[in-house]
Amino acid sequence: MIYRALVIGSGISGMQAALDIANSGFEVILVEKEPSIGGHMAQLSETFPTLDCSQCILTPRTVEVGQHPNIRLLTLSEVVACDYTRSVTPPSPPLTRGGERGGFRVRIVRHPRYVVEGKCTACGDCTKVCPVVVPNEFDRGLAARRAIYIPHPQAVPAIYRLDSATCLGLFPLACGKCAEACQPHAIDYDMGPETIEADVGAIIVATGYELYQADGHCGWGPMGTSGHPERSEESAGYAYMVHPDVMDGLEFERLLSASGPTGGQVIRPSDRRVPKEVVFIQCVGSRNPEHGLPYCSKICCMYTAKHAILFKHRVPDGQVYVFYMDIRAGGKGYEEFVTRAMEEDDTVYIRGRVSKVFPRDGKLMVWGVDTLTGNKVEIAADLVVVAAAMMPAEGSRRMAEMLGISVDEFGFYTSMNTEMSPVEAGVPGVFLAGAGLGPQDIPETVAQASGAAAKVLTLFQSAKAEEMAEVE
Amino acid sequence: MGIPYFPGCTLSTKARNYDRSGRAVAAALGLELVELAEWQCCGATFPLMVDDSMALIAPTRILYQAQSAGGRVATLCAICFNVLRRSQALLKRDPQMLERINWFTEQEYRGEVQVSHLLEILRDDVGWEALAERVVRPLRLRVAPYYGCLLLRPYEEIGLDDPEDPTILHDLVRALGAEAVSFPYNIECCGSYLTIKEPEIPETLSRDIVASAREHGAQVLVTACPLCQFNLDYPQRETEAGRTGNEIPVLYFTQLMAIALGLPEEDWGLEEHYVDARPLFTLTPALSPEGRGSR
Repeated sequence: MIYRALVIGSGISGMQAALDIANSGFEVILVEKEPSIGGHMAQLSETFPTLDCSQCILTPRTVEVGQHPNIRLLTLSEVVACDYTRSVTPPSPPLTRGGERGGFRVRIVRHPRYVVEGKCTACGDCTKVCPVVVPNEFDRGLAARRAIYIPHPQAVPAIYRLDSATCLGLFPLACGKCAEACQPHAIDYDMGPETIEADVGAIIVATGYELYQADGHCGWGPMGTSGHPERSEESAGYAYMVHPDVMDGLEFERLLSASGPTGGQVIRPSDRRVPKEVVFIQCVGSRNPEHGLPYCSKICCMYTAKHAILFKHRVPDGQVYVFYMDIRAGGKGYEEFVTRAMEEDDTVYIRGRVSKVFPRDGKLMVWGVDTLTGNKVEIAADLVVVAAAMMPAEGSRRMAEMLGISVDEFGFYTSMNTEMSPVEAGVPGVFLAGAGLGPQDIPETVAQASGAAAKVLTLFQSAKAEEMAEVE
Repeated sequence: MGIPYFPGCTLSTKARNYDRSGRAVAAALGLELVELAEWQCCGATFPLMVDDSMALIAPTRILYQAQSAGGRVATLCAICFNVLRRSQALLKRDPQMLERINWFTEQEYRGEVQVSHLLEILRDDVGWEALAERVVRPLRLRVAPYYGCLLLRPYEEIGLDDPEDPTILHDLVRALGAEAVSFPYNIECCGSYLTIKEPEIPETLSRDIVASAREHGAQVLVTACPLCQFNLDYPQRETEAGRTGNEIPVLYFTQLMAIALGLPEEDWGLEEHYVDARPLFTLTPALSPEGRGSR
């Protein structure tokens, strides 16, 4: 048995699993394809239902992961191959259901950061001289970054990264300003990808989610463009991607976040004014078998209530409207939280769907129906936030294929048994955690990650016990 | 290419200019619309009751005529198109109903006729680029396509274009050298037949539609439906107070085509609308033959 685990994905679930295993004394390789760890939780402003500052409860974890002696953190890295090395230890009775113990030989490609890890002091001199301005992915495009950048101030590892895709050119070198500015000489334009091979005894797949990309479909063709946006069968986007004041939940999180592009001030992108009337549309993409995805995205009712509360705290004279289908607030303290949004923060909940969003006279006209009264509703909003469905992160199918595990029709990983073996992938030694399994919130994801880590530890400890017995 | 053609009642009466311009532009593109030998009203509404075979008799008789004429029928009126296409779809999936209607009409309709709108034929058989090649008088106007309901819905049976975000008229007016103006009311209902019983409803709806088109800079509204044309045009008529100066002419797409393709003015039929479009077209001279296709 190889007493080393591989955790793929370093969002809150991957970090939790890695820390549980590492704190039990085993080695962990934590692989993250982004330049920094923390996943989507790092982008959130506050978390429900406690309204804790997300960064504040997350940062101790990211720092612990970054400094843990048992965790080898590989950012900007991808697992590209995985071979099941049968019976690294002599064959023995299966300890996890469904097969014999084994190990995996994995190949990980570490993409070049072009900044040397030990040398970078995160001073930021390189960013100041970089002439490239591109949208910042971490801020969901609401703010800009340079080609050499650090995703956000609390990023772990606290190392800058040169994005070769947006840099003016490395081969041949076209600019070179950052290297000139870098006093510790941390920038290495000749850095290439590195391939790492490792043997591991268990794998936890925690690749997480992304949001349904509502396309330019707004009910009346493209606004201000002569071409036509790519159409998809899954269009239900309400002018998202077409009008800057229609945004998804993660963008609104960045707008609320104290570390966000506006410093936590809610202003709308089009004219930087404070929006007063905000409309939230739930179930965008989700619960829509005809034009989107049939499943419930599960977290949106709660985060929309949270958004309503937080908006009202930032803009006390503002008014929030929420178009909903049902309110699904199953969870400890959840129903009370939604009630609070309604009663304390005067959120108007309208049961019905929105048919159309379009701009008029500096406002966004929202047309919908109130199915409880049967009346048409028209709201002149300043900002529209769509609660887009959670979808498996890009590459989950490829990942599943590589590991020999299964996915459902949407690309979510399927566990061996939803009820009784929720974190087992069906392949011995491979476990699952996080939103890659399906839409779930932070408390659930953390519990699941600890569950997956416990399974890995059971595997390791039992193998250890067996080895001891053999020695005796 | 001769295509069996069902004009319908409105195009034989109130909307003769739609019929005439439609036939003229089709002929100019080498498509001959051959009127069905025998036809009557399609019923003008698709029966929505579960057991409403009576209302299917009229459309089935037209479909039977089309079957005899070669298995295909083209329409211009969006309402006739809707009724015929939906009836065709229903009869195809419901053999019992087909048998029942056939028993009554004593005709053998087999349920396989292809019902097309001229717009579809232009898109699929002619192509926008080929159409653009034929334009001699590029329109150089801001034209707002107004789709209404019946040309697009229900999608499952009509399937002409995306019912929420249609482009077929946009593509057409661009091919004619005009700028297509998108506006949010382009698929809102015009009020349809309520214009007979409760005219104030279509007038209200129409006011919003026209105002929205104007707000987005449209100089002309274009439609494929005679009732939409009327409902958008008539409320803008000259009243006792005179004209507001904010009127927008509402034309059939075939009229715009007739102008752009350089057909004679008698095929345009512009004089039959309440808001006069003629001033818009007197100043755009036709290009010389050498200038064709060089927009």
